[in-house]
Amino acid sequence: MAGQSGTGTSATRRLGILVILMLAALALCGLWFSAEDVVQGSTVRIMYIHVPSIWTAYIAFGLTGLCSAVYLSGKNRSLAWDRVAGASGEIGVLFVAVSLVTGSMWGRLTWGTYWVWDARLTSTAFLFITYVGYLAVRQLGGTHRQRARRSSVLALLAILEIPLVHFSVTLWRSLHQEASVANPNAKVELDGLMLFSLFLGLIAFTLLFVWLVLHRQRSMMLEDAFSDRGLDLAITARRNEAGA
Amino acid sequence: MDTVIELSGVVAVLGQFPALAGVDLTVQRGEIVLLQGPNGAGKTSLLRVCAGLMPIERGSGHVLGIDLATNREAIRSRVGLLGHANGLYLDLTVMQNLQFWASTVAATESEVSAAMATMRIEGRLAGVKASQLSAGQRRRCALASLIVRRAEIWLLDEPHAGLDAAGRDELDALLRSAVASGATVVLASHERDRALGLATRTVTIDGGGAA
Amino acid sequence: MSNTSINKRRVAIAVARKDLTIEWNSRILVNQVAPFAAIVMVLFAFALDNDGILQRVAPGLVWLATLFSMLVVIQRSFTVESADGALDALRVAGVDMGAIFVGKSIALMVQLFVLELMLVATAVVLYGVEMTLAGFCEAIVTLVVATIGLGSVGTLYGGLAAGARGRETLLPLLLLPVVAPVLIGATRATEAAFGSGGTTVSEGWPWIGLLLVFAVLFCAVGTVAFGPLVDE
Repeated sequence: MAGQSGTGTSATRRLGILVILMLAALALCGLWFSAEDVVQGSTVRIMYIHVPSIWTAYIAFGLTGLCSAVYLSGKNRSLAWDRVAGASGEIGVLFVAVSLVTGSMWGRLTWGTYWVWDARLTSTAFLFITYVGYLAVRQLGGTHRQRARRSSVLALLAILEIPLVHFSVTLWRSLHQEASVANPNAKVELDGLMLFSLFLGLIAFTLLFVWLVLHRQRSMMLEDAFSDRGLDLAITARRNEAGA
Repeated sequence: MDTVIELSGVVAVLGQFPALAGVDLTVQRGEIVLLQGPNGAGKTSLLRVCAGLMPIERGSGHVLGIDLATNREAIRSRVGLLGHANGLYLDLTVMQNLQFWASTVAATESEVSAAMATMRIEGRLAGVKASQLSAGQRRRCALASLIVRRAEIWLLDEPHAGLDAAGRDELDALLRSAVASGATVVLASHERDRALGLATRTVTIDGGGAA
Repeated sequence: MSNTSINKRRVAIAVARKDLTIEWNSRILVNQVAPFAAIVMVLFAFALDNDGILQRVAPGLVWLATLFSMLVVIQRSFTVESADGALDALRVAGVDMGAIFVGKSIALMVQLFVLELMLVATAVVLYGVEMTLAGFCEAIVTLVVATIGLGSVGTLYGGLAAGARGRETLLPLLLLPVVAPVLIGATRATEAAFGSGGTTVSEGWPWIGLLLVFAVLFCAVGTVAFGPLVDE
């Protein structure tokens, strides 16, 4: 369980070291060893951050949906499910933001524009906004259970509408036949080492995500326990009001 | 005599604040229980907990045999709560308000008419928009909708407030006849003398608990 | 008082009738929201300042004005519930939340439909839109299907964002991303109906299909999700 002085345990420390090593390896492979792209030159190296980021974001939101579904499915489920869902949502928003920013930078360097209205990028922006809304609802207050129920239902609604939005946006852009202008990352030729670096990135980012979620959900648990302890004190103070 | 309300060490929170900090309360069928206590003592929250509106954070409670922790939604159709608000739609007339109420609780036309007659809101008043009524008149509308509910337990929060003297007498008569028909009444009131004459038992609430 | 399905249907109808009666009595839609929507359409003309462009983008403007006005109508729909604790009273009476959802959605749909008709008429007048009979029929179908979707999703998120403690400001943030498919689909279908930019009427029907999927999905989901989202 969590140590006295923080949210780390020996397991997370080992995981953390592994993550650092893998990220270092990724940096080496991505920035040094792997080749440049024929067309894009060195700018293709953004791919090693951009693609793993969005991949991790999808995992994050999938986890949020799963934990929310589990929380709602039982009569008296542990609040831990809701905490993991919330932590995962927060980290997911972080990774989507990274993905959007790196994607925008990549577009700027390759095609000269910060933004193109292609299906994937637009859907990603919607994903970002939807989960920002999810986080906003989590801040609405109330008891832990009220927050959990509200957020869980909202997370499942998000899982439902994201594909719908993506589908609509794809249909929308297909009208304009701009596939050639589309993503910088759509037409990159990947040789062996580049592919390996990409997979390395996926694994490294996923492990980073796991490490972040473990810590965040533990800090959420401590926050909840703190406010529960505060409740105990408040109850005593309240009873002492009587007759005052 | 069966127990209709049974609360034990109940803690209920409003956000982070413990409105109820460990309440014990037992109410038998047919009683008229008066909750007394200073402002902010937790009387309103106690009534809302009994109505199944507020969740219980700690402790245990049963209303009409139903467990408040797991199944409080089931209590709601059997219990009537009159809170500080009147539950009226301000842009509808009295008649429209009560007809809507009647259709949501499957009451008949005659029941509505009878309730309106009892609370003296029939006739000219029936066609007045709720926003144009006085506070006391709105209170009577709210009480009429409560009558139509045919609830087993009546939970009333300051029911006399805003009513004129005649209205208060009518309310007392109404509560007595409800109890005579098998209901139980729990009311929170600052009106000591009148309420004392009405109640079978008094419970003092202070600091979120029963003193 | 058991909640059989006959009762639920009656409750839903009662709730819808109640909401529409409130609107009839207070005339907020006619006196406040419709003029607001019309002003928005006029402001678009000021901002875009080009007759050709206006005619080309008229469908988009109609639906943008609809979405912005919808926020106001939804908030009004729930303000009437919390003004005197009426929704609370309904909850404590054990009235089925799914039935309340259906009733409020229907009332919202009716109000939105009236608003959209007015906006389409405004577009015809202000932006020089011309429709064939086939286009007009397609426009009506688009309005109906899109409105069903907007009504249900609006009631769902409106319920969540209702009440005190600074929640109302959440409604735009939560709702507008969700209705993006409706905006996309309805605009494309309306373009086909108006014949803007040379689109033919037949191109609009696939988009109406998308709107139908959205509508069915959120009617079903909303009925189930409304209770848990709104309850304490």
